[in-house]
Amino acid sequence: MKELIRRGSGEIIFVAALLAALALVLDPFRLSTVAKYMSFAFVAIGIVLMWGYGGVLSLGQGIFFGMGGYMMAMFLKLEASAPELPDFMMWSSVETLPTWWQPFHHLGWTLLLILVVPSVVAYLFSYAVFRKRVGGVYFAIVTLALALTLTVLIIGQQGDTGGANGITDFRTLLGWDIVGDQSKLVLYAVHAVLLVVAMAVCRAILHSRFGKVLIAIRDREDRVRFSGYNTAHIKAFVFAVSALLSSIGGAFYALQVGMISPDTIGVVTSIEMVIYAAVGGRLSVGGAVIGALLVGLMKSYLSEAFPEVWLYFLGALFILVVAFMPHGLAGVASRLRVSR
Amino acid sequence: MSTEIVVMQVFNGVSLFTILLLMSIGLAIVFGLMGVINMAHGELMALGAYVTYLTAGAFSHYAPQWMDVYLFVAIPVAFVATGAFGWLLERGFVRHFYNRPLDTLLATWGLSLIFQQTYRSVFGPQEVSVPLPAWLSGAWEPFVGIQLPLNRLFIIGLTAVVTVGVVLLLTRTRWGLRVRAVTQNRPMSAAVGIDTNRIDAMTFALGAGLAGIAGCVFTMIGSTNPGTGQLYIVDAFIVVVFGGVQSLIGTALSGLAIAQSQTTLESVMSGSMARVTILVLVIVVLYFRPNGLFARKARS
Repeated sequence: MKELIRRGSGEIIFVAALLAALALVLDPFRLSTVAKYMSFAFVAIGIVLMWGYGGVLSLGQGIFFGMGGYMMAMFLKLEASAPELPDFMMWSSVETLPTWWQPFHHLGWTLLLILVVPSVVAYLFSYAVFRKRVGGVYFAIVTLALALTLTVLIIGQQGDTGGANGITDFRTLLGWDIVGDQSKLVLYAVHAVLLVVAMAVCRAILHSRFGKVLIAIRDREDRVRFSGYNTAHIKAFVFAVSALLSSIGGAFYALQVGMISPDTIGVVTSIEMVIYAAVGGRLSVGGAVIGALLVGLMKSYLSEAFPEVWLYFLGALFILVVAFMPHGLAGVASRLRVSR
Repeated sequence: MSTEIVVMQVFNGVSLFTILLLMSIGLAIVFGLMGVINMAHGELMALGAYVTYLTAGAFSHYAPQWMDVYLFVAIPVAFVATGAFGWLLERGFVRHFYNRPLDTLLATWGLSLIFQQTYRSVFGPQEVSVPLPAWLSGAWEPFVGIQLPLNRLFIIGLTAVVTVGVVLLLTRTRWGLRVRAVTQNRPMSAAVGIDTNRIDAMTFALGAGLAGIAGCVFTMIGSTNPGTGQLYIVDAFIVVVFGGVQSLIGTALSGLAIAQSQTTLESVMSGSMARVTILVLVIVVLYFRPNGLFARKARS
């Protein structure tokens, strides 16, 4: 356990070097696949914080991923279709832009909302829940239900949200072409740097006094509460951080993949996000990133080459990791180091 | 609003209720009584549906003259086959994860993915369906303007029989007594000589078998594809959690509440918005009553 925490800075350097190396060796197409799963790496880091250290499993991280992704996509879509309305609105004969789309005319507002909305929503919702001392299984099922709710809502409101197809067909950010090889590389660099920063920040949080209290809450919440801590506030804060990370990941996803759809929010994706963190190691921030990239690349490789094998592989991965590798790859790595 | 519309509205609600109840009663036993979060429960339903499909196929091939009554064979076959499979699942898989609820959730999710792909490999990705017997198609018209589809009526009757059977099994038999004892106090039950491992396996098998019946019933109202189970799993969990775990009556009442509100809302708004409204309402109610609407008040 302590060993796992101490290895943190080594992890960050390792991941930073890996991301740089990938940019040098991979062709633009493969690199954009890596970039896609780097978006999920943000989510995985958040899950490590919340699940590994906080002991609370959320099966609704897709909600915040989707919030960030949709907000970014809304800005890009408005830019792409200006001065007219987005195409899917015209197909559904929506005459005027819905009010809640208005802020997304400006990049500044969009970025601010991407950072603020998911964190505030996550804090308020989870504080209310944790204050009731509800956790564990109920939290997992309620967040899962919320992910389902949001998906149904988005699909149902086709005229305002693009429905099941999501928002797609945008190529420029403030007039800058985002689909060319050169700009992909720039985006990748920004993305990778932010990811490393996010890892460093999370590690700092976990190393601080606050992180120690978080671990104490995971292990014996009642004792921490009796010592005078507001445990609901601490857990809700961490949940807000994980939502913020997911939202940033979602925004990058929209930029990198060029679309966002309800599929990236729903039940299946939200649960899949947990396996990214679990494969890397639920106690390792760096492991989460490696896990997201590894599972993601396996997914794109297997579903291209052997589509019928992919679900077997993913299913077996869930089972094997839970049964035999509770601390994931990072746990295996640290065991190897200790035994050497 | 005219009487016919009200009657049809209530009937639709009751019909949806019985489907929800069949879906969630197995889960209420596995999750509610045993505390096992089986995310592969939906795939067990799909298994029941596929077993029914195979049974119907066997009948049309070997005994086409008996095709009208194949359902009466398919229902017990689906129950026994899925139940037996559930027994194996408990012995070989689920029992290794007891007392680790979140790990159970993830491991059974993995299992559900494997099942889905297996169904896809065996039965193909397309929808399969079974022929509805002639005596179940059409509608019963007790009054002019009121048409009650026969297959829905059959499902309502079947659900009543199944539910009463389960309640009697749990409250009126030695075996049910043991199940309830193990649920309430495992170490003490073991101390008085109950084989708790065996009870666990049988209880899980019963839950799985009920999922099989639910799957069989689904074939009467729609077709089955490999992803069918995944569509229903969250709804089934919501019904059980909303009703309050450890309470079969709670599950039934919560199914009724959700079904009636769903069909009532559907008459004033679109289906998807009705579903969103219900989900939000359930989450709000769960916030005020985290242990569910009908939880027993007891010290834990």
